[in-house]
Amino acid sequence: MSPPFTISFEARDIACERGGRTLFEGLNFVLEPGGALLVSGPNGTGKTSLLRQIAGLLPLASGRFSAAGAEAATPVAELCHYVGHLNAAKTAMSVRENLAFWADFLGGGDVDGALDAFGLAPLADISAGLLSAGQKRKLALSRLFAAPRPIWLLDEPSVSLDAASVKRLDAAMRDHLKQGGIVIVSTHVPLKTKFAQEIALGREHAA
Amino acid sequence: MSAALALLVRDVKLAWREGGAVGVALGFYLIVIVIIPLGLGPNLNLLARIAPGILWVGLLLAALLSAGRIFESDYEDGTLDVMATGPLPLPIVAGAKCLAHWVATGIPLVLLAPVLGLLLNLPLGAFPSLALAMLAGTPAVSFIAGIGASLTLGLRRSGLLLALLVVPLYVPILIFGVSSVTPYVSGPNSLWQPLLILCALSLASIVLAPFAAAAALRNALR
Repeated sequence: MSPPFTISFEARDIACERGGRTLFEGLNFVLEPGGALLVSGPNGTGKTSLLRQIAGLLPLASGRFSAAGAEAATPVAELCHYVGHLNAAKTAMSVRENLAFWADFLGGGDVDGALDAFGLAPLADISAGLLSAGQKRKLALSRLFAAPRPIWLLDEPSVSLDAASVKRLDAAMRDHLKQGGIVIVSTHVPLKTKFAQEIALGREHAA
Repeated sequence: MSAALALLVRDVKLAWREGGAVGVALGFYLIVIVIIPLGLGPNLNLLARIAPGILWVGLLLAALLSAGRIFESDYEDGTLDVMATGPLPLPIVAGAKCLAHWVATGIPLVLLAPVLGLLLNLPLGAFPSLALAMLAGTPAVSFIAGIGASLTLGLRRSGLLLALLVVPLYVPILIFGVSSVTPYVSGPNSLWQPLLILCALSLASIVLAPFAAAAALRNALR
């Protein structure tokens, strides 16, 4: 068990522009330790863009993100685990090698714990290229446990997962929240986790 | 630092396991050098005189062939996204990946070059200076290739564009690389001057290229 996180996260007046088109603007939210945020909305309204902005991959058209708490001195991007549509798994390396690399690179260490998190331990020595789409997804999600980071950014995490794995994901998210972590999820699939807040992108244009 | 080392080890391992990049570069170098004497005819003096130039041009082209892969696969499978959230600054990530290209591709090409020199009737006395010059110059080859690879990231069929961008930057390496081998072939000339300039080119590109590559990577990740 990693020590509990004490971090709160604030987004102020966030706007996102893609190709000259404003996807959203004036977005505000505050997440206390243990806070969960669900980002919803139709396709193309900027759910992925918002998560990529938080991870520092996309520039902000306006506004700023800030973190307060014990880890506040670290840049926001380095507090985040970003699990996007792509799995960041190397097909020429085994499952264990993939996770061990991420543990070294991101500054964690518990590779065995990460292998157990989504039940990949029996597949540890198999090449990641042989995994099914769902297993690759689990490998990407196992990265969350290879290095402890307070903020999880999950973009459609349940895609191609079976029902049992979605349950595991739900449980993992609840544990993380219990430890004071923050979870920001964009999904179309209903999850059991209680989300304290929800941002519905693209609604103001429909209304 | 351990993160940079982990990245370097991973990239070298992947380059050897995936095989394609290293094997194709070495095979291409071999084929080019083998067909040139066939085209020029059996004039041993001519071959010896042009050997340094041909060995260098062949090495540059062979290195370019594998350069596109420095960032490509990590970009396509989302690994670069995650690396950008890591504790390492992006220039260090870019630098480590260029260094891995040098270790996995540059050094094998340098080791192959003297063997190919035999096919071109390169005088035996020129072998040490050839090896030394290539060892000093190939880091610049890998790091400059990294700039081109990051600029062409995400484009289809980027190989040719990469060559157009990078080959002009290889001109100084080629000139000083060849002139640090020729003294043994055609007349007295200082060996150390061109060699030191090669070292300077490599050092400068090791320092500067990662920043240029990182800026291009940031842009590609948007």
